[in-house]
Amino acid sequence: MIQYFVKRLVMAIPVMFFVAVFVFLLLRLTPGDPAVIIAGDQATQSQLETIRSNLGLDEPLLGQFVTWMGNLLQGDFGVSLISQQPVIELIGQRVGPTLSLAVVAMAMTLVMALPLGVMAAWRHGRLLDRAVMIFSVLGFSVPVFVTGYVLIAIFAVHFQLFPVQGYKPLSEGLGPFLHRIFLPALALASIYIALVSRMTRASMLEILQEDYVRTARAKGLGEKIVLFRHALRNAAIPILTIVGTGFAMLISGVVVTESVFNVPGLGRLVVDAVLARDYPLIQAIILLTAGLYVLINLLIDLSYALTDPRVRYQ
Amino acid sequence: MTLSAASVLAPRQRRGLPFRRPHWLTTLAVLVLVIIIITGILAPLLAPFEPTELNSMMRLKPSDTTHWMGTDSYGRDMFSRVLYGARISLLVGFGTAIGCLAVGMPLGLISGWFPWADGVLMRIMDGLMAIPGILLAIAVVALTKAGLVTVIIAIMLPEIPQVVRLVRSRVIAIRSEAYVEAARLLGTSSTRIIWRHLLPSTFGPMIVQGTYIYAAAILTEAALSFLGVGIGTETPTWGNIMAEGRLYFAINPWLVFWPAIVLSLCILSINILGDALRDSLDPKMKSRR
Amino acid sequence: MTTTSSPVLSVRDLRVATIGSRPSEILKGISFDINPGEVVCLVGESGSGKSVTSLVTMDLLPEQELRATGGEVLLNGEDILRATPARTKALRGAEMAMIFQEPMTALNPVLRIGLQMEEVYMAHRDMSARDRRAAVLEAFASVQLPDPPRIYDSYPHQLSGGQRQRVMIAMALALKPRLLIADEPTTALDVTTQKQILTLIRQLQDENGTSVLFITHDMGVVVDIADRVCVMRKGEMMESGPVRELLAAPKTDYTKDLLAAIPSLTPPEPVESEDADIVLSVSGFSKEFRLGSALSRIMGRADHAVRAVDDVSFRLRRGRTLGIVGESGSGKSTVARCVMRLEEPSAGAMLLDGQDISHIQGAELMRARQRLQMVFQDPNRSLNPRIPILESLCEGPLNYGRDRAEIRERAVEIMETVGLDPEGLSRYPHQFSGGQRQRIAIARALLMDPEVIVADEAVSALDVSVQAQVLDLLDRIRRERNLSMLFITHDLRVAAQICDDVMVMQKGKVVEMGPASEVLSNPRHAYTAALIDAAPGRSWDFEAGRPVTEVQPA
Repeated sequence: MIQYFVKRLVMAIPVMFFVAVFVFLLLRLTPGDPAVIIAGDQATQSQLETIRSNLGLDEPLLGQFVTWMGNLLQGDFGVSLISQQPVIELIGQRVGPTLSLAVVAMAMTLVMALPLGVMAAWRHGRLLDRAVMIFSVLGFSVPVFVTGYVLIAIFAVHFQLFPVQGYKPLSEGLGPFLHRIFLPALALASIYIALVSRMTRASMLEILQEDYVRTARAKGLGEKIVLFRHALRNAAIPILTIVGTGFAMLISGVVVTESVFNVPGLGRLVVDAVLARDYPLIQAIILLTAGLYVLINLLIDLSYALTDPRVRYQ
Repeated sequence: MTLSAASVLAPRQRRGLPFRRPHWLTTLAVLVLVIIIITGILAPLLAPFEPTELNSMMRLKPSDTTHWMGTDSYGRDMFSRVLYGARISLLVGFGTAIGCLAVGMPLGLISGWFPWADGVLMRIMDGLMAIPGILLAIAVVALTKAGLVTVIIAIMLPEIPQVVRLVRSRVIAIRSEAYVEAARLLGTSSTRIIWRHLLPSTFGPMIVQGTYIYAAAILTEAALSFLGVGIGTETPTWGNIMAEGRLYFAINPWLVFWPAIVLSLCILSINILGDALRDSLDPKMKSRR
Repeated sequence: MTTTSSPVLSVRDLRVATIGSRPSEILKGISFDINPGEVVCLVGESGSGKSVTSLVTMDLLPEQELRATGGEVLLNGEDILRATPARTKALRGAEMAMIFQEPMTALNPVLRIGLQMEEVYMAHRDMSARDRRAAVLEAFASVQLPDPPRIYDSYPHQLSGGQRQRVMIAMALALKPRLLIADEPTTALDVTTQKQILTLIRQLQDENGTSVLFITHDMGVVVDIADRVCVMRKGEMMESGPVRELLAAPKTDYTKDLLAAIPSLTPPEPVESEDADIVLSVSGFSKEFRLGSALSRIMGRADHAVRAVDDVSFRLRRGRTLGIVGESGSGKSTVARCVMRLEEPSAGAMLLDGQDISHIQGAELMRARQRLQMVFQDPNRSLNPRIPILESLCEGPLNYGRDRAEIRERAVEIMETVGLDPEGLSRYPHQFSGGQRQRIAIARALLMDPEVIVADEAVSALDVSVQAQVLDLLDRIRRERNLSMLFITHDLRVAAQICDDVMVMQKGKVVEMGPASEVLSNPRHAYTAALIDAAPGRSWDFEAGRPVTEVQPA
């Protein structure tokens, strides 16, 4: 089992390395002078010089990479070209709302998607199943920002149950926090719920065909035990996997949701950074979210060992 | 001799037609798509106004008989703008889907067939998957001028790993099939085995994956435009029409909802079509829908 | 066999059909009874509906696909078809229990064996946790599982196939049901394990007076376990009767053919041809599979090597058939795959007509391969489903630069040789039955004009009547073309009928080799003797239709 842990951990290192290489090359290999790309066409010579020295663009490529990687490993993600603050500080100020949004959406997803998927598989082909499937195709197809505006139009404008926009941190109390985060989190969760309930259903349907489910029924066990003890645990691995890979989708959704609901999080930061061509900031956000993705998926890989003894005894 | 009912029935089902009569929902989805595609192509003929024609007299008018979807804050005809918006979405979707398959299929074949290439390639793909799609696209767009091709490439990058993984798993499953081993014993070369036995078996899943990518690309393009980092506002797209309309959401929410409805319908139809294709190509998957 | 008391299970005019727009009948009105303490075998080939019968009885039909359309299934006089789901649930596991074919998949991989076993008691009895555990350990002991407490804490993947099937039996008999349904419970097991499991079922059945509905395709198993037999075919009951009577004097032609198709365990008189030249000579063959990754090597773990084949040598003479027999894991298939160079042998030499082909590559290998061809086990997978038959047949000769028109002509001829209509050349594999597909695979090998054919379990996936035909075909072709054949099989009956020489393998090593008639009638090695002893139905002479009078010394 320790071998399995170490193996997973070691495999995550090259993945992160490739992400870093990719992000590094993205700027350097784009046709044209990176400094001009960042500063824009009308930049003065001195502006360009500042950017070059700031990013170390006048060194040879390999040298740049070594310095850059060295800094990264020490936690130095560079300095914002606009505010001249270390980017890590800028990100630190904005990470709270984004994480809150992601966590609340994730919680909503697990609470709703798992039961929906299990029930749909159990009532396969019946009305409930159809309803879940239609809901999930809709969830896939309607963009987050559309869902967001529909929710605003109905719950904020028409019924006036929730505020149209804005965000309050948890430190200002649970009530205000939930009141403001509910709609954005629901909009964000809509795709994720679609994704996870669909995978739960598919995975359950497959498992329900297995011989051991028939054995369980042949023993005279009740449906609840068959579904939850025998089937769901076996269906867990693909479901966990999709929760992990779907995390990238969740982050993409966060960027858009924050824009719709005016939440001052990382998503807004990144859009502002793009419009200002603040490349060190974009770079850092990408690296950190990718790192988070790899970490989450690593944890999920490790959790396989909890659900499946065959992994444990490998 | 596990005589589960499925194995009893399988041969009988297989002898039937490969395509059953489509479900009415599928028919409807195809109809919607065809309408969107045709109106998109024929937009210059069908649009009652120039999509960029300003009219300060007609700002923010609600729907009426001349302006079916009303007008926006510059007095431009919303209906014409939405019609023109379809062109960009469809083009981006098509370009992305074709591009992804063209890049992803060879990589998947290589990864599945040559074990030495597999490790490195798959780690690179894992890396690519780790970067949230929109962030990657935003970064690409930030570095280059946001044109059609850039946007397509930006959307393609995060979708490629899915294609590579799918082709790879298919190749790995089939390369150990007895008929591939039999081909080796018959003196068939590796290239020919790939060409003749492996490649054709990936076509079905690829067509299905292609439609899903098509839908996802339209969605991402709209999101980019909506965020203001997509194709410039001089070309109307569903995303940037909504982005401009959101400022007046309180006055006239239909500035957001008209493009949103068409956009959602379009993506929905493609996804339904994708599901239907998958079911008909793989009867075993039918139950999963 | 008391017939005075009422039957435990009584099936009357049972009909089952598929669900859908074009329903078809899977069971067309079958009837049979099982009396208390009786073992009734349902025997039939694939598609006969025997397994569906067992599922109806357990009320476990896949409800989306099949449903009972008529008749009655009476368990102790109570109609299962009309009982509520809650009632059948209460009956399952308590009054009727079932053992399935695949011990590998019939237990839940993520739950401990102990819990899965306890569930039977939880569902039907009100017992304390301590009593349950005690009952489970006792049940494990009663099916002769070693070290019950260890089994209790194990997961299914930690047990062997035979042990898992014992767990299944313990589970099924835990509450002393009146009816036990066993659906091909030994088909997935090796013969020696099969014999143990059959003995166990018979013994427990005697002790508890359980009635057994035993489903099998193997007439040998029927001989060993049944009191009465019902022969089924395509959803219909052909005939039924006490086992000896039915085997000795079958009433229908179908049963007669079925019995005639069973290969005899006694090999025919050997044909002497010791002077024929040696086509294939293998010496000192070994194959090691290394399990271990670069990572574990870095971490200082030694690779874990498995010797699948260990120092195997044999010679194959022209025009002869050498059988390699053994149980799963004996390495017999690995030998075949190494000979074909689908796997690389780790050590040893292989001379084909005097040329060492064990390490050649590229064009040289391609030339050698033409003379060696293989027939695979599963006819469903050895033909590319997307390519018409003609294209599959032509693939090889085209690779060797033959002319297309000429190949086509030969393909037509070969189709006739293997007993198929040349019209079929333009069809696709799924339009043929399993037996026909195996003929096509043989045709494909023959088109290469090989000197040696390697048949890896080539008839194992086929029904017994089809199996007999394909065996005849292979033997005829070998004689007509003076081919040599390497025939890998787990089935001693098949080996006895087709092989001139037999090589018995166990755990990668050759334990005995010699002429088939000698090895199979006078085994010198204990393992060979055990294999022969375990062959199902060896007490019955199917050809003569009577018990074997003189039991061979084991």
